[in-house]
Amino acid sequence: MSAVMNNETKKTLTDPLVNNNPITLQVLGICSALAVTSQMSTSLIMAVALTAVTACSSAAISSIRNHIPGSIRIIVQMTIIASLVIIVDQILKAFVYDISKQLSVFVGLIITNCIVMGRAEAYAMKNPPMASFIDGIGNGLGYSLILVIVAFFRELFGSGKLLGIDVFTLTKDGGWYDPNGLMLLPPSAFFIIGIIIWVFRQWKPDQNEAADFKIMAISHGEGGHH
Amino acid sequence: MPNENIMCKYMGPLCEKLEKCEHYQKFLKYRDKVLALSNDSLEKTIAVALSLCFICAILVSLAAVALRPLQIENKAMDMKKNILDVAGLLQEGTDIHTAFAEQIEAKLVDVATGDYVDGDIEVYDQRKAAKDPEQNVVLSREQDIASIKKRAKIAKVYLVKDGETITSIILPVHGYGLWSTMYGFLALDADGQTVQSINFYDQGETPGLGAEIVNPNWRALWKGKKVYSEDGAVALGLIKGLVDSSKAGSEFQVDGLAGATLTSVGVTNLVKFWMSQEGFAAYLDKVRTKG
Repeated sequence: MSAVMNNETKKTLTDPLVNNNPITLQVLGICSALAVTSQMSTSLIMAVALTAVTACSSAAISSIRNHIPGSIRIIVQMTIIASLVIIVDQILKAFVYDISKQLSVFVGLIITNCIVMGRAEAYAMKNPPMASFIDGIGNGLGYSLILVIVAFFRELFGSGKLLGIDVFTLTKDGGWYDPNGLMLLPPSAFFIIGIIIWVFRQWKPDQNEAADFKIMAISHGEGGHH
Repeated sequence: MPNENIMCKYMGPLCEKLEKCEHYQKFLKYRDKVLALSNDSLEKTIAVALSLCFICAILVSLAAVALRPLQIENKAMDMKKNILDVAGLLQEGTDIHTAFAEQIEAKLVDVATGDYVDGDIEVYDQRKAAKDPEQNVVLSREQDIASIKKRAKIAKVYLVKDGETITSIILPVHGYGLWSTMYGFLALDADGQTVQSINFYDQGETPGLGAEIVNPNWRALWKGKKVYSEDGAVALGLIKGLVDSSKAGSEFQVDGLAGATLTSVGVTNLVKFWMSQEGFAAYLDKVRTKG
């Protein structure tokens, strides 16, 4: 029994890292992935905040799932998520004030992050609290993984640093590295996420989606006249 | 119920009291009744919604109240950091509290006359005072170039001193940009004429465009600029494009922010307002004559 549970638990926890990653496969939670990834430190805090909110909200929603009236299902989920996000925001303001200033509205916007609601609706409403909690942690970690990879490249090539520590010495400080300004701007995250998705799908071809339409060959008779 | 057993284990005496309490028994009865109802019934919908809101409200307010002292402390610390930064006294590893206590002196100034006034410096909040009808001055449309509508009668300024001589005057300034009121500090030399630095610590302008007012490279352009022209008018302001330092009058000009015309106009206006007779001109005169 316990061996089965462990396998199941492990799968719930690790599946969202690569096989069912919320960003690369489900393509959810992109907006904050663009906004907070110009530095490693902000993305790490954001990752922890989102993981905590997803795990706790999934557990809370799951524990009352049998008593949530269908007609107010979404608003009940939102209330729980919003309360947790406010609490997380208050905690950040109290303990890591500088980073919470940089994250500004994006902590509040965890409320609208599709990953949190997506897991509540898809998993927590049908599964027991412990499993939902682990599922939340797993999905939070999947999001975190991508966020940290993106932030790694953006901070390294955008400002020559990692976690605020100089790695490449910039030309303006007498070094050799001329930073890439694009990396500091949100659109660069699009490129990096795109590349990550491409790498994941090369590695695991079953993640490729089937084409919606097939391009048809046009016969000569139809396409020829003007 | 297993939950109740756990509760009783840890809160034994309270549990016994609760069990005797008539209202608690009524509550339990009602709870069981509601839980047994169909999820789609009106009564259950309302009961679930209300109790959820009640529990969430308690949790959120607990967090807010419990963490408030820490947050206030952080804010005060951040303000001190901004003041040290604009005074050029902030290095990595500076202990903010001691550096502030040793090097910065806060003073209250009556803006209209330019005289120092007594008052509780620790408590005085200029932003609150600007909203209080007893402590503010309503600006007429012609006066109000910075679009702030009201200003506090008394301002909180900061001085950096070397012995008895003033080395920097740090003035609080604010004005409306494109989206937000931009709050900042402007540091001047003791001549009340040469800019040392500017630092906007609270603003909500467009990230990447107007919000570049916090960019250290742009802020560095302000160093050494002059505020007043020879006839005493406020000449300092942002221009469109880059400043040509070979041209006459470039000492009054700072590069405008590319793609943020309205924020740039806002910054120019707030400098013009706070350096004018409506702002700190009287105070700066007094500092100059006193030496």
